[in-house]
Amino acid sequence: MPAVLVLVEHEGGNTKKVTYEMLSKARSLGEPVAVFVGDGLDAARDGLARHGATAVYAGTGEGWSNQLGEPLAGALEAAADRAQPAAVLVASTPGGKDAGARLAARKGWGMLADIVDLDGDLVATQNVFGGATTVRARVRTGTPVFAVKPNSFPVEEAPAEPEVVDLGAPGERGYDNSRVTDQVVQEQGGRPDVAEAEIVVSGGRGLQDPSNFALVEALADALGAAVGASRAAVDAGWYPHQHQVGQTGKTVSPQLYVAVGISGAIQHRAGMQTSKTIVAINKDADAPIFAISDFGVVGDLFKVVPRLTEEVTRRRG
Amino acid sequence: MKILVTVKRVPDTAAEKRLDPGDKTLDRESVETIMNPVDEYAVEEALRLKEKVGGEVVVLCMGPASALATVRKALSMGPDGAVHVHDDALHGSCAFNTAKVLSAAIRLIEPDIVLCGSESTDARTSLVPSALAEYLRWPGLIGAKQLEVDGSTVRIQRETETGHDLVEAEGPLLVSVVKGINEPRYPSFKGIMAAKSKPVTDYTLADLGIDPGEVGTAGATTEVVDFAPRPPRQAGQQVKDPGDGSAAAELADFLAGHKFI
Ligand SMILES: Cc1cc2nc3c(=O)[nH]c(=O)nc-3n(C[C@H](O)[C@H](O)[C@H](O)COP(=O)(O)OP(=O)(O)OC[C@H]3O[C@@H](n4cnc5c(N)ncnc54)[C@H](O)[C@@H]3O)c2cc1C
Ligand SMILES: Nc1ncnc2c1ncn2[C@@H]1O[C@H](COP(=O)(O)O)[C@@H](O)[C@H]1O
Repeated sequence: MPAVLVLVEHEGGNTKKVTYEMLSKARSLGEPVAVFVGDGLDAARDGLARHGATAVYAGTGEGWSNQLGEPLAGALEAAADRAQPAAVLVASTPGGKDAGARLAARKGWGMLADIVDLDGDLVATQNVFGGATTVRARVRTGTPVFAVKPNSFPVEEAPAEPEVVDLGAPGERGYDNSRVTDQVVQEQGGRPDVAEAEIVVSGGRGLQDPSNFALVEALADALGAAVGASRAAVDAGWYPHQHQVGQTGKTVSPQLYVAVGISGAIQHRAGMQTSKTIVAINKDADAPIFAISDFGVVGDLFKVVPRLTEEVTRRRG
Repeated sequence: MKILVTVKRVPDTAAEKRLDPGDKTLDRESVETIMNPVDEYAVEEALRLKEKVGGEVVVLCMGPASALATVRKALSMGPDGAVHVHDDALHGSCAFNTAKVLSAAIRLIEPDIVLCGSESTDARTSLVPSALAEYLRWPGLIGAKQLEVDGSTVRIQRETETGHDLVEAEGPLLVSVVKGINEPRYPSFKGIMAAKSKPVTDYTLADLGIDPGEVGTAGATTEVVDFAPRPPRQAGQQVKDPGDGSAAAELADFLAGHKFI
């Protein structure tokens, strides 16, 4: 069976779930082979093995970092030269797309981004135009590179005993002198990223005041969810713009999307209507968000949300 | 400093977009078009850079003849001139063809820095800036939410999940900027009038030495197999809260039924 390369998305060896989603998918297409770049391989190895990686190509130590597109693309290239894969999967995150695009440009291959499905003939499915249209597309040139949207494939465990293949020193990249000189961490309460989370709880103008985002955050924490926001809430300065969901914000496709005090304007829906399950809390029974919600509560969010947080905490606890 | 900024013509964000059933490319003629919104931030950043370090700002756009309106729109914000690459053979180009064509034009223009938007609203693939840096064999700083130039070093803040990274490189280089990096200016009346007489150089594929077979639908690295409208979502159950928040229990039942709790 041909290899299918999966670029490991991780932070210091703490592997992101999308990696396991890609490994699970890769197993249905061929031999899943992980490509790991940067520090933390020891921490990551067990998880990769448990999710079916039959080999791990590793670029670790001096000169290897998973923070820049170039060493990542270089690692994928070196791994592809050895493994001759049928396809390369990267996460549809800014870093994953950057690495994949550089690889494809360098090799003269084709790449499809933001894919949500992939069949045995390597025909990929993408949601375009804000989720209004589904496109099936394929790569015509070279080895196909796919950027996979988080939450597209179920995670399946399939223990394997991967051989670790050291990629040696990174290749010479004379022209690329870019480097990361500092990393600034502003705490986010340890919540998942809105673009990748399995559950997203979003707040809108109905919250009436920035301090009321605490209600949304409490519900998100009870559910283990990320916090999103409508543009109205972001433009009012209530929540940082990297949390904005919609046409001019992030496109999310979580298992569960909870809209709190959001009317559901078309531009907002464009960023979340491919969510698997949608629930909404809004006091206006005619709010357009209800037309796409699997479960809607018509009511005052200030009454409903705290009770819901209590219920969730009680039932989970 | 010679500053180049790439701008793309896209369908209006509010417009209904559709694919042409014939060649399965985006039907760009049936809808209102605008300059890709993120590119306004790139143009603004280019102008601010020029105000700081001097030099000139050149706009680069690949798109059909009608994309000239987008070029003029960009020029009305203040750049000095533009290059418009158009050629019938470019219709249907994929992200990599586009980057290849832009890179060929950039080699002729010889800027010190290239600014791109982070993504286009129609494709939203974000592949062009990375592929472009690769074809140019230049450093590419992707996703700048702040940019500063310090001598020959360009430093950006790049957003991360938890904060930001500082990334730097020496030019010539490419930077893609995200929405919110600045507050794009509105073109003044004077700017709009001046844009009409600013120089726009037209390049064809022949000018760039690119074989038409390599680009457009013929040379695209990807192809659409088929497409269909997504079935509209159906509204599910709706409950009315009596006023005390007790409907939360029913919502919790629904979430438990779907194994979320
Ligand atoms: C080019 C363009 C791009 C855009 N991009 C985006 C985008 O990316 N993302 C985005 O979100 N928007 C975007 N918009 C804006 C969009 O059109 C809407 O204006 C915006 O989504 C509205 O946000 P909202 O639902 O929070 O506010 P509103 O529309 O004001 O809705 C607030 C809702 O809260 C409800 N509410 C009020 N009080 C309570 C209460 N006590 N309890 C329960 N419910 C209550 C109200 O009934 C109402 O439905 C864009 C617009 C344009 C023109
Ligand atoms: N046809 C084009 N002409 C000029 N610039 C483009 C073109 N296509 C993409 N770009 C640039 O690349 C950025 C990202 O676009 P995309 O990769 O299509 O999401 C845009 O914001 C533009 O700056």
